[in-house]
Amino acid sequence: MNGGDEGDVAAAPPPQLDWKFSQVFGERTAGEEVQEVDIISAIEFDKSGDHLATGDRGGRVVLFERTDTKENGGSRKDLEKTDYPTSRHPEFRYKTEFQSHEPEFDYLKSLEIEEKINKIRWCQTANGALFLLSTNDKTIKFWKVQEKKIKKIASMNIDPSKVVGKSDIASSSVSSSTNSYLANGGYKDKSSTNLINDFKFPSGGIPSLRLPVVTYNETSLVPRCRRVYAHAHDYHINSISTNSDGETFISADDLRINLWNLEISNQSFNIVDVKPANMEDLTEVITCAEFHPTNCSTLAYSSSKGSIRLIDLRQSALCDKHSKLFEEQEAPGSRSFFTEIIASISDIKFGRDGRYILSRDYMTLKLWDINMDSGPVSTFQVHEHLRPRLCDLYENDSIFDKFECCLSGDGQRVATGSYSNLFRVFGCGPGSTEATTLEASKNPMRRQVQTPSRPSRSLSSITRAVRRGGGESPDANGNSFDFTTKLLHLAWHPSENSIACAAANSLYMYYS
Amino acid sequence: MVDEPLYPIAVLIDELKNDDIQLRLNSIRRLSTIARALGEERTRKELIPFLSENNDDDDEVLLAMAEELGVFIPYVGGIEFAHVLLPPLETLCTVEETCVRDKAVESLCRIGSQMRETDLVDSFVPLVKRLAGGEWFTARVSACGLFHIAYPSASETLKAELRSVFGQLCQDDMPMVRRAAATNLGKFAATMEPAHLKTDIMQIFEDLTQDDQDSVRLLAVEGCAALGKLLEPQDCVAHILPVIVNFSQDKSWRVRYMVANQLYELCEAVGPEPTKTDLVPSYVRLLRDNEAEVRIAAAGKVTKFSRILSPELAIQHILPCVKELSSDSSQHVRSALASVIMGMAPVLGKEATIEQLLPIFLSLLKDEFPDVRLNIISKLDQVNQVIGIDLLSQSLLPAIVELAEDRHWRVRLAIIEYIPLLASQLGVGFFDDKLGALCMQWLQDKVYSIRDAAANNLKRLAEEFGPDWAMQHIVPQVLDMIKNPHYLYRMTVLRAISLLAPVMGSEITCSKLLPVVVTASKDRVPNIKFNVAKVLQSLVPIVDQSI
Repeated sequence: MNGGDEGDVAAAPPPQLDWKFSQVFGERTAGEEVQEVDIISAIEFDKSGDHLATGDRGGRVVLFERTDTKENGGSRKDLEKTDYPTSRHPEFRYKTEFQSHEPEFDYLKSLEIEEKINKIRWCQTANGALFLLSTNDKTIKFWKVQEKKIKKIASMNIDPSKVVGKSDIASSSVSSSTNSYLANGGYKDKSSTNLINDFKFPSGGIPSLRLPVVTYNETSLVPRCRRVYAHAHDYHINSISTNSDGETFISADDLRINLWNLEISNQSFNIVDVKPANMEDLTEVITCAEFHPTNCSTLAYSSSKGSIRLIDLRQSALCDKHSKLFEEQEAPGSRSFFTEIIASISDIKFGRDGRYILSRDYMTLKLWDINMDSGPVSTFQVHEHLRPRLCDLYENDSIFDKFECCLSGDGQRVATGSYSNLFRVFGCGPGSTEATTLEASKNPMRRQVQTPSRPSRSLSSITRAVRRGGGESPDANGNSFDFTTKLLHLAWHPSENSIACAAANSLYMYYS
Repeated sequence: MVDEPLYPIAVLIDELKNDDIQLRLNSIRRLSTIARALGEERTRKELIPFLSENNDDDDEVLLAMAEELGVFIPYVGGIEFAHVLLPPLETLCTVEETCVRDKAVESLCRIGSQMRETDLVDSFVPLVKRLAGGEWFTARVSACGLFHIAYPSASETLKAELRSVFGQLCQDDMPMVRRAAATNLGKFAATMEPAHLKTDIMQIFEDLTQDDQDSVRLLAVEGCAALGKLLEPQDCVAHILPVIVNFSQDKSWRVRYMVANQLYELCEAVGPEPTKTDLVPSYVRLLRDNEAEVRIAAAGKVTKFSRILSPELAIQHILPCVKELSSDSSQHVRSALASVIMGMAPVLGKEATIEQLLPIFLSLLKDEFPDVRLNIISKLDQVNQVIGIDLLSQSLLPAIVELAEDRHWRVRLAIIEYIPLLASQLGVGFFDDKLGALCMQWLQDKVYSIRDAAANNLKRLAEEFGPDWAMQHIVPQVLDMIKNPHYLYRMTVLRAISLLAPVMGSEITCSKLLPVVVTASKDRVPNIKFNVAKVLQSLVPIVDQSI
């Protein structure tokens, strides 16, 4: 780490965290084959940390809810204020799941559109209903998940069992039987309408008519797609981000960023367009975009050249000019064939207060202060031992893997994933030297005691390694790295030291 | 079991809870029928409570319900029972879907404005307070839209309370609530006593104008004009003017855009003198804004703004900007300018128009973007009045010809639609010389819409200049085209004939048009024969019985 504020060295760095396994969902049993569609492709906590959503390659969104705070009950405002007892750690349980996206085919462009969920973002909850945005490569959808009471209806005017028998007589007045009436989807026949209008009602009403009596027994969660924001992206959507104003969000593809109003799905405004007039001049694409957490007019986007641009929506309607540019000057002489590839930023995240931006490129995590555009505040090496092997990584395309990164709620730590289902947590507070490597398994600290020969690997992973052409091979230190098991997606709980991360189809949760 | 005549109503009632959403919607839309069938008392005691519980339904059903309840007073027994409608609408005010809430608020306002004063105090005001203190932001958002109904009939202490509740809503944590408050500030202020207006409302307004969310400030700007009209001119100058001048230099282009849209109304509120000193400079700044969107909004108001200024001021301050805008880098700015610039002619007077405006106007006519030219041509009548047709026609003609041959068919379509207007302005002589050939050329356009529009155009020209003229200048040329080897063009001729026939009258139709149609019935293309049949049908009412 090369960062750190010299003035603050006196302040003791926070103690190193001791990570423990909390939960796993969808754990693989030994020898079980991972289905492609089950692989998790997005993870996101909501603002309160009471809910967690995951998306997978099969287009499904799975929701989890926190169980250890439920008994507090009370109103939302109370929940917000409650400090959770420190002895407790967040525990989640499966809440519901729904099919968010289906595979599609774009006939005009002869293009298959995968159903894979690229990003999930939570929106403002209201009346106990959960709202979230999910996106695949082309289409963003706005979902509402709400508890609905299952109703049972009693006391009808017309006994449904007798309807068939009655319909012969009724057909003269209702023009057709109730059955065909149903089939018509509510179409009101002229004759029956007239009949009702012509009918003289007695002033006291008709006592024989009854309203249906509805009884509620249990509730069920009903997900409903409220809006579909489609046909606004020519390229693949890589990120979506909601604004602090609660009414707008952005979606970014390789060359453009569009601004939407949550309530309006048929139009969006293009606010950033980096498409050159001639596509042959294209040197840089947008890789990720995110709104500032509190400042509604600021957003940041990263590029494949390793730069982060901050733009101010107030300045102009089309924000082609950035207000700030963050990029690191490369050290002279260090250039190689891979320099540009590994500089590409795969993910950026704002810290909670909006002062810091965390970025992940292939080899490092960088923390930037938005008030300092000369260089990153700190740089963390994620897997430096892979540097000699970039050539292999290039050949099996692993070098293009898009790892996500996350910050803790207090901004003291950052985390990101690596290969062999490992992820790393770094302390980024002043003077902190914390750097932990964890494995997404039930024993996260296993990798801390690095034994050169590890007989513990399950048979399945070895066979897989063999089948896939030896993705796993020990490096000079005897560490073996399996390039096929990569931990791309992870999320930090907004208020507690708890991390959710995805290893293929399994969701592992850790706490400290 | 119900009697036979009641069967449809019974079905309707049962379907309030049908599984099919379409049937539920249908029942809700006919809620008044159900209410009449049940009678007033049972509607109050059974139907309304039933609906209050029925808030778990789909948004479409809730929306329909919110709408129906707004006009439900007659079915519950008149004004004195209006309050029973409040509970179901109150629950609808808290749902998540914005359009349902808006409709529920609208219905509540409608009911509230008919309610007796005592009922308002007893039931409406507490409802507003409940919503304003709601746990979720949805309820609080809805509350903002109800204050202007609740306030006037409340007692002094209650009024004070309502004012402070509204003040709290303006400082809500949720930007959605603050936006709703900002939107409704003007309406609420209109019901308030002048004394409180100056103190409470102005304080709220100032807070909103300094909100850190742009979206809130935007709505505050929108409120400016409404508030300005409520205040005495001198108060308006003291309180609103500085704010608006400040806003016109806001960092956010969206705020400036709003100012550009609202400035004209504000000028009306503050009166001519402050307009001259403060608002003209602001407006000029907006016309020169570096954001195109702002210039578009400002350019669109040039005429309106000039109209409230004296000609000298307009010439001195506005005209130079107009000149700059006419060569603006953004075509949309030029287009916005072109659509209103004609209106400036009467304001400036003939001399200034010819001297200053005409060059601008001519340069816009030569603009490289067709939209700009079209906008000018569409307002041609206004200029014609000021500078006369001779001066105009020299520069106009090339522009029209160019547009008529534009690559984009939509542009050609647009110009065709203006041709009758042009013809009436330019007169027969000029038209014959220059535009006649064009009109024929369009009949043979590659695009169907153009050919169709061209046929229509001929009809309108015939109406304009009369059958005699048409007989001479249109009919022969059209009929000539029936020999065209391409069947699609022959079809256009048939279309033109069917349109022209009613205008030409029965004699010409019989002697000239009908023979052509009859000949065409022997065309080798079946499609033509079909269309001949169609044309003949339309000709039947025009021609004599004898034929």
